[in-house]
Amino acid sequence: MNPYLFGYLGAAILLLSGLSLTRKNPVHAVLYMIVMFFHLAVLYLGLGAEFLAAVQIIVYAGAILVLFLFVIMVLNIKEEMEGERFSVGWPFGISIAAGLFLLVVLITGNIVPGRQGAYTPGVIAAQTNTKLVGTLLYTQYILPFEIASLILLVAVVGAIVLAKKKLR
Amino acid sequence: MVPLQWYIWLSVALFTTGVFGFLTRRSIIMMFLSIEVMLNAVNLSLVSFAHFLNGLRGQVLALFVIAVAASEAAIGLAILIALFRNRATAQIEEVTEMKG
Repeated sequence: MNPYLFGYLGAAILLLSGLSLTRKNPVHAVLYMIVMFFHLAVLYLGLGAEFLAAVQIIVYAGAILVLFLFVIMVLNIKEEMEGERFSVGWPFGISIAAGLFLLVVLITGNIVPGRQGAYTPGVIAAQTNTKLVGTLLYTQYILPFEIASLILLVAVVGAIVLAKKKLR
Repeated sequence: MVPLQWYIWLSVALFTTGVFGFLTRRSIIMMFLSIEVMLNAVNLSLVSFAHFLNGLRGQVLALFVIAVAASEAAIGLAILIALFRNRATAQIEEVTEMKG
């Protein structure tokens, strides 16, 4: 990927997520987050993950954040926006975040990539990324795939049970 | 050509933004949004490792992370609706029965 494009995308992602997480109005926060997810999808495209970029836009920006917007609409947003934005312990939180950042950056400074896999860009270009990911999902990762479907089923049932007014 | 470290550092910066939001915001909705940011940071590092190691495992794993994030959002927001119905609040500091 072009370093300038990476610089723009990285700066935009960090700026948008920072803006999003400090907004008072949750609707504005979700809208900033949607723009951030689109930038992340472009970054995935640059990394050769076309299928994931599409899933990022469809599932994250299209489904999960719309779910957030729905719930914000159900809740009383006026009350939500009154009072303090941050809790009293915010210097504590910011120091924990900065410490974590320094720790991981120090650790990953001299990272050495491991053994190279078989999916070189040439192989992926010949078979397309989506087909290869699908083949892997339905052969080698079939058990985790089924477990993921079970998790989604449990989530659907659980969400209905939790949000229902009265269970008969 | 952008090296692997840049992607990892971007991912770490995004993750710490999420940690900051999760630890400091009072509203439960904003805490859920912070969790989504953290999950996306992990996805970014998985995809970049997959790219630089010529593999596809990272991408498959990122798909599972997205599935788990979707179910987490559904369950969490349902809990939030139930909480709001019983307490009429979505502020984390007003829900302190467990004294945690």
